Amino acid sequence: MKMERLVEIAQKFPKKLSRRKLLGGAATAAVAIIQTAKGQTIQKGLSENLIGDDPTKKFGKPAGEVGSRSPFVKSVKKPSDISSRSPLQDFYGIITPSDLHFERHHAGVPAIDPSKHELLIHGLVEKPLIFTVTDLKRFPSVSRIAFLECSGNFRGGKENLTPQEICGLTSQSEWTGVKLSTLFNEVGVKPNATWFLAEGGDAAVLTRSIPVKKGWDDAIIAYAQNGEPLRPEQGFPVRLFLPGWEGNTGVKWLRRLELSDAPYYTREETSKYTEPIKDGKYRIFSFDIDARSIITFPSYPQKVEKGWIEIRGLAWSGRGKVVRVEVSTDAGKNWKIAQLNEPVLDKAHIQFRHLWQWKGEETEILSRVTDETGYTQPTLKQLFEARGSEGGYHMNPITAWQVKKDGGVLFKPETFR
Amino acid sequence: MIYNQKTSIKLSLLLFGGISFQACYQAMSQENSTEKYAIVSKKREISNDTLPSSFGFGRKATQVEIDRLDIDVRPDGKGLPAGSGLAAKGKLIFDAKCFACHGVGGIGGPNGSLVTNKAPVAAARKEKTIGNYWPYATTVFDYIRRAMPFNEPGSLTNEEVYHLTAYLLRANEIIDENTVINAKTLPKIEMPARDLFIPDDRKGGPEIR
Repeated sequence: MKMERLVEIAQKFPKKLSRRKLLGGAATAAVAIIQTAKGQTIQKGLSENLIGDDPTKKFGKPAGEVGSRSPFVKSVKKPSDISSRSPLQDFYGIITPSDLHFERHHAGVPAIDPSKHELLIHGLVEKPLIFTVTDLKRFPSVSRIAFLECSGNFRGGKENLTPQEICGLTSQSEWTGVKLSTLFNEVGVKPNATWFLAEGGDAAVLTRSIPVKKGWDDAIIAYAQNGEPLRPEQGFPVRLFLPGWEGNTGVKWLRRLELSDAPYYTREETSKYTEPIKDGKYRIFSFDIDARSIITFPSYPQKVEKGWIEIRGLAWSGRGKVVRVEVSTDAGKNWKIAQLNEPVLDKAHIQFRHLWQWKGEETEILSRVTDETGYTQPTLKQLFEARGSEGGYHMNPITAWQVKKDGGVLFKPETFR
Repeated sequence: MIYNQKTSIKLSLLLFGGISFQACYQAMSQENSTEKYAIVSKKREISNDTLPSSFGFGRKATQVEIDRLDIDVRPDGKGLPAGSGLAAKGKLIFDAKCFACHGVGGIGGPNGSLVTNKAPVAAARKEKTIGNYWPYATTVFDYIRRAMPFNEPGSLTNEEVYHLTAYLLRANEIIDENTVINAKTLPKIEMPARDLFIPDDRKGGPEIR
């Protein structure tokens, strides 16, 4: 807890709230500061509560079966008809709370009884096998912290957009399951198998073709997320998890894998999840998520005050580790290396931060990431130059925030059409 | 474990801090057992690295079990069932079950057009349809059978799916009204968008693609 921030808060409420009282209730005061970032109303509400209610004078809530979120924390996903976005601006560290993991499904979330769910692996294999969920859990397990991002994760066009609205279709969990390579060994994948079809048990019976190589490399048949069984929205009881690849390929509610010597050209990999490139062509089987970063603090609709501000954000790459994040506080004229908080994991969201002393001038703040392949996050203009200006999937442009004189923060919409 | 519980109950009765005492006690005993385990695991480390050739988990899938789930269709026609379809019959099904989402004649519905609109459109972006964006006709059959109609997925017979496939191909002017669509003819249809796609050529590195 930064002393000057506490003092700052105390100075805002000099009559009602003494500095001593704030320091005494350090834990609650921390919540007040966290909420500063989100707006004045919440901050005031909290402060009044601090005065009226002294938790040291009242026996608290008894121990319970399931933990709860503080009633002072309002962190929610933003649902549409087909998806729901993670509140990136509310997160600390790198793990997305499971109930705030983004959702994207194509025919709703199925209700699956795990005792009746099975995974069939067949096609170009020596032994076609059926595994129950219990069977899958008997195999050697693997756990990995990695991000999952929908490739259709870009919104722009107006100033009043939050990080959640711009790119909330990305989240990070620790995924636990069995390596697909272990199951490939068990069924005996034939040498002429080059692709496999993954099929979900939802009402869309969603299918994607995946190169067998990814299955041997690092694919996981996941049954757990952040220490508990998968949430239904994330594929309970079993899903495919492909580190670094577009979310749609990580087929949820997985019921079948068929080994094949050719891709299937399913609807999800032809009519959808293909994106325009130059000369009237479209890119197909674009699996890797390109490196991306976004400043999550400060961002719309937060307001900042003059003085020291720790700019914070998330950065990630589907091709490996993040090696560098740069931050500009003068609209892209100069860039400075941001601090990366450990752990910096492979194909994972990482947290960056950069201290900035804001003197009240109008400016723009931006971040850009470079991954271990040497790829640097492009501007929207660079993306349009490379692919044409239709937009589409796999858009990962640098995101700029305008900081106004009054401390207001607005997204900077860009168009180059 | 029994001893542990008894101890903590006693302590809880005696002391207010009974719960935290129990926690400490357990943590200490865990530490001891971890130490012992570390010695054992060092010895076993080498042999544990090698997976057996088979774990023997799971059961063999019978052909009946496979057939029950194996509904996919490939561009080469692998997976297409018996049956056949005609555009005229497909139109009747479409007008009953599909037009509410996809528009009259497959144009302009709330869930997207399936048929290319030949009339000049004011819309900024041309709609992607089966006629101008789907590279393989087999995908039409596969997708309708697995996921449509949206409110009643998987309810159509193979014959109905063939009829609808024929209708949508006809509406997009890819086949004529007399073409019979079946397992032999469907894979041979050359779609207008066949050569529209190129496999991902992004490789990482400094180039923006």
